[in-house]
Amino acid sequence: MKELLLIAVGSALVNNVVLSQFLGLCPFLGVSKKTETAAGMGAAVIFVIGIASAVTSLIYDHILVNLGLEYLQTIVFILVIAALVQFVEMVLKKSMPALYEALGVYLPLITTNCAVLGVALTNVQEGNNFIQSVVNGVGTACGFTISIILLAGVRERIAGNDVPHSFQGSPIVLITAGLMAIAFSGFSGLI
Amino acid sequence: MNKCTERLYNGIIKENPTFVLMLGMCPTLAVTTSAVNGVGMGLSTTVVLMMSNLLISALRNIIPDRVRIPAFIVVVASLVTVVQLLIQAYIPFLYDALGIYIPLIVVNCIILGRAEAYASKNGPAESAFDGIGMGLGFTIALTCIGAVRELLGSGAVFGFRVMPEAYEPITIFVMAPGAFFVLSILTALQNRFKAPSATNGSAPKSSLACGGDCSHCSGSICADNRRRLEAAADKKE
Repeated sequence: MKELLLIAVGSALVNNVVLSQFLGLCPFLGVSKKTETAAGMGAAVIFVIGIASAVTSLIYDHILVNLGLEYLQTIVFILVIAALVQFVEMVLKKSMPALYEALGVYLPLITTNCAVLGVALTNVQEGNNFIQSVVNGVGTACGFTISIILLAGVRERIAGNDVPHSFQGSPIVLITAGLMAIAFSGFSGLI
Repeated sequence: MNKCTERLYNGIIKENPTFVLMLGMCPTLAVTTSAVNGVGMGLSTTVVLMMSNLLISALRNIIPDRVRIPAFIVVVASLVTVVQLLIQAYIPFLYDALGIYIPLIVVNCIILGRAEAYASKNGPAESAFDGIGMGLGFTIALTCIGAVRELLGSGAVFGFRVMPEAYEPITIFVMAPGAFFVLSILTALQNRFKAPSATNGSAPKSSLACGGDCSHCSGSICADNRRRLEAAADKKE
């Protein structure tokens, strides 16, 4: 139990997926204009990464290892993730329209989000078992959600400020992200 | 042959994937802690990009339009696996330094972007040169960013100490926040001097399916995703 907690805290805060591993930067910078959309994106990412890390972990442990095909992990994972996102989208549309309404637009965007593949590959590299993989996946996605919502909050405040002309647009967002990365590096003493 | 040199010029200067189109930001920020890592990542991506453009261009009339994105992904993922195994076998120190970012070349939007925008519409030779051009442009950009970060963060370039003894390295530049700061200053300078860049909307309107503006993109790789996003935004208003 203590070990799982360590994995969760480690993946969400200490090794934050965006601010220290630089995965999933495109949605982090692209969908962070408003806290509302940022929260929607974060929720979709938690959902997809949670399912994807469970499925890829099962596939790796029970199919790839048994067949001795570990080296095919990249190909298998990316295809599984792409198919999974489509599948989740269809299931949600059919059975949970309310949830689909909330997450719908963001789901297809996540297929090529490198964070999803990154988590699946990290799970293999660290030799995580099924439960550890799911905890690591959900923790990582929570880390993404925390940082994207924080960034969106800061950006909403910046929008009303007088930013030097050269720094308008992405430079100021990158500076903000850099300062957040410094703040997050303070978590490195936690574990 | 003229067409091929034009592709090289286009990739390295005119539509440089990092400086101008702002594509593939994740590896750009993650592996540029030193110039050597930048070169390694850039060249690995170049090999994948050249081969994937070549193969996809050769297969462009066979792949049905509806399943082209999954087909491209399979081609790219196979090539990345080959490159990964080669690096692991022959350049182990680079494998350790780049780690998870080698398999993640699969989701680098430069590769799918070029496949979708160029290789699926042009002949194999031009496409291969387009891949080499884009790849070299990416390599040069990563090396420059890596060299700047290494110089400020550890006072060395390519491992050779160039700063005087009295220079106190600003360690933060080789750590994660430094990557954001360097890129931020770079884009700010581009804005200041009105250099063509996707960040100030003055990038040459390329044929890239996604418009090539990674920092304002939402992780979508194809025009279809972008349309959905826009449609959703319209509906809300």
